[in-house]
Amino acid sequence: MQKQAQVLIETRQLSKSFEGEQAVNKVDLSIRAGEIVALLGANGAGKTTLINMLLGRLKPDSGSIEVAGFAPGTYQAKQLIGAILQSTKLPDNLTVAEQIRLFLSYYANPYDYDELVDIAKLSTILNKRFKQLSGGQKQRVFFALAICGQPKVAFLDEPTVGLDAESRREFWACIRRLAANGTSVLLTTHYMAEAEALADRVYLLKHGEMIHEGSPDSLVNALGAKTIRFKSATSISHFEKMTAILSADMIDGYIQLSSANVVQSLREILNVSDINELTVYQKTLEDAFLALTGESHELLKDVKKKESKKLSKEKAA
Amino acid sequence: MSLTNTSNTLNLKQQQTLYWLEIKTELLKTFREPSFVIPSLSFAVMFYAFFALIFNQNPEMPAYLLATYAVFGIIGPALFSFGVGVAIERQQGWIALKQISPMPISAYFTAKVAASMVFACIILLMMCTLASLFGGVKMSLGQWALTFLIPLIACIPFCVIGLYLGLVLSANAAPAVVNLIYLPMAFLSGLWIPISVMPAFMEWIAWTLPAFHVAQLTLAVQGSDLGYPWWAHAGILVLTTVIFAVLARRAFQRMAI
Repeated sequence: MQKQAQVLIETRQLSKSFEGEQAVNKVDLSIRAGEIVALLGANGAGKTTLINMLLGRLKPDSGSIEVAGFAPGTYQAKQLIGAILQSTKLPDNLTVAEQIRLFLSYYANPYDYDELVDIAKLSTILNKRFKQLSGGQKQRVFFALAICGQPKVAFLDEPTVGLDAESRREFWACIRRLAANGTSVLLTTHYMAEAEALADRVYLLKHGEMIHEGSPDSLVNALGAKTIRFKSATSISHFEKMTAILSADMIDGYIQLSSANVVQSLREILNVSDINELTVYQKTLEDAFLALTGESHELLKDVKKKESKKLSKEKAA
Repeated sequence: MSLTNTSNTLNLKQQQTLYWLEIKTELLKTFREPSFVIPSLSFAVMFYAFFALIFNQNPEMPAYLLATYAVFGIIGPALFSFGVGVAIERQQGWIALKQISPMPISAYFTAKVAASMVFACIILLMMCTLASLFGGVKMSLGQWALTFLIPLIACIPFCVIGLYLGLVLSANAAPAVVNLIYLPMAFLSGLWIPISVMPAFMEWIAWTLPAFHVAQLTLAVQGSDLGYPWWAHAGILVLTTVIFAVLARRAFQRMAI
């Protein structure tokens, strides 16, 4: 990807409120051709509102948007945009091939049918009806519908929600291939591992405001500390007083320290006699996400629980 | 890339393909649902067979009721495929996906009207066949043609009304509301019992209902109408269509989320 690639998605000071509540507040966004950008934020942070404005489904209160050189919602913009929306269903009794051929006909410069089938890995399910598809297969069909028109810009709103690890990896390969062809991809996700694996950059939204922008690493580095974890009978307050320690917590019987200088902290900690099961680890994007958005671990666990339930239901069905 | 279209607008051939595929897909989707197709096709025809042919006490009944049951027959699929179908597709998010794609709204509407008209054609053919074979109905070729064509074209106002209902009602409410409109409207428009045998004030109610006007136009073919000028009925139908088209358009644009 060239640094000087064309900017395909640009918003300036974009704002939208619902009944007095600010859903999106003065958001600046700029995404270049071929970039994969993850839009992160807790539920209700304004991700979907932002995407709906970029799609032209919602009118902003103020600010400007340009997508692929056009105003969102115009026919010209629609020709160049593809999207996966949350919780969409297709009619049960049409086959995958029928759906794909119909959507291909909407675009002036569509993909060749066979090429699209190959990209979205649909060749084995072309004659299946929507209701016969697994969760992963359904998402691949939605992906195919989104990219029918060889879009310059793709908006993927939680595209891998409820997918198992393998389907998710397959899906990532599809997204990478799309970006490699020069498409700008803006995706939202609850999975920090997904953002880490896919995104060139992340934007972090909190209460409608963009609170961080940069590479996934920059988000982790923003925390600027490593975690040291161990078991000890010594009181936590003893460790808390050590020089490089930023914070100390007791989690599941482990003492967990956040250190600005690991080597120094380890020396001091190992001077204490009863240290067991010691591990040191780099904070993950998930830690960074939680720290920066102020969400609790519980909330994220909740989301994951719901999704694993959904997954097991789908598997059972 | 097989196409060399350099602009972002569809050429004529692409537009033809789009409309054809939209219609074809709508027909496939509808006719693969036997639990919708069979009742929709047989409901009005069965009524006609019962009341005009089997329990027929008057030699003029089969012809008169052919006109009114034809109207009854075409309204059902039009109101249901739009009113209920659109509400369900809206709830599924299928329409949202089409709205963000460059699909022209007119293609969506055309496809659904086409599907309703295919239903109407089948229903009208069945009724006309029954009427001529078992009801002894004798009309000139022109009269048969008009008895077929007037209800067929009259699908359109009901499609537009159905579209509006489908855009504003939830998927759960739509079937109940559509039934609540369909059946009383059929009765009050004189589709089951002639308006002329009802109390006089009933005719005033009937004038507000589009089904009454279509029935009068179809009955006029046999000279069995109430005798009002055809353009009054046609004018009201056109007006109704325009009003609901405007309402539906507004509902469609407001339906962003």
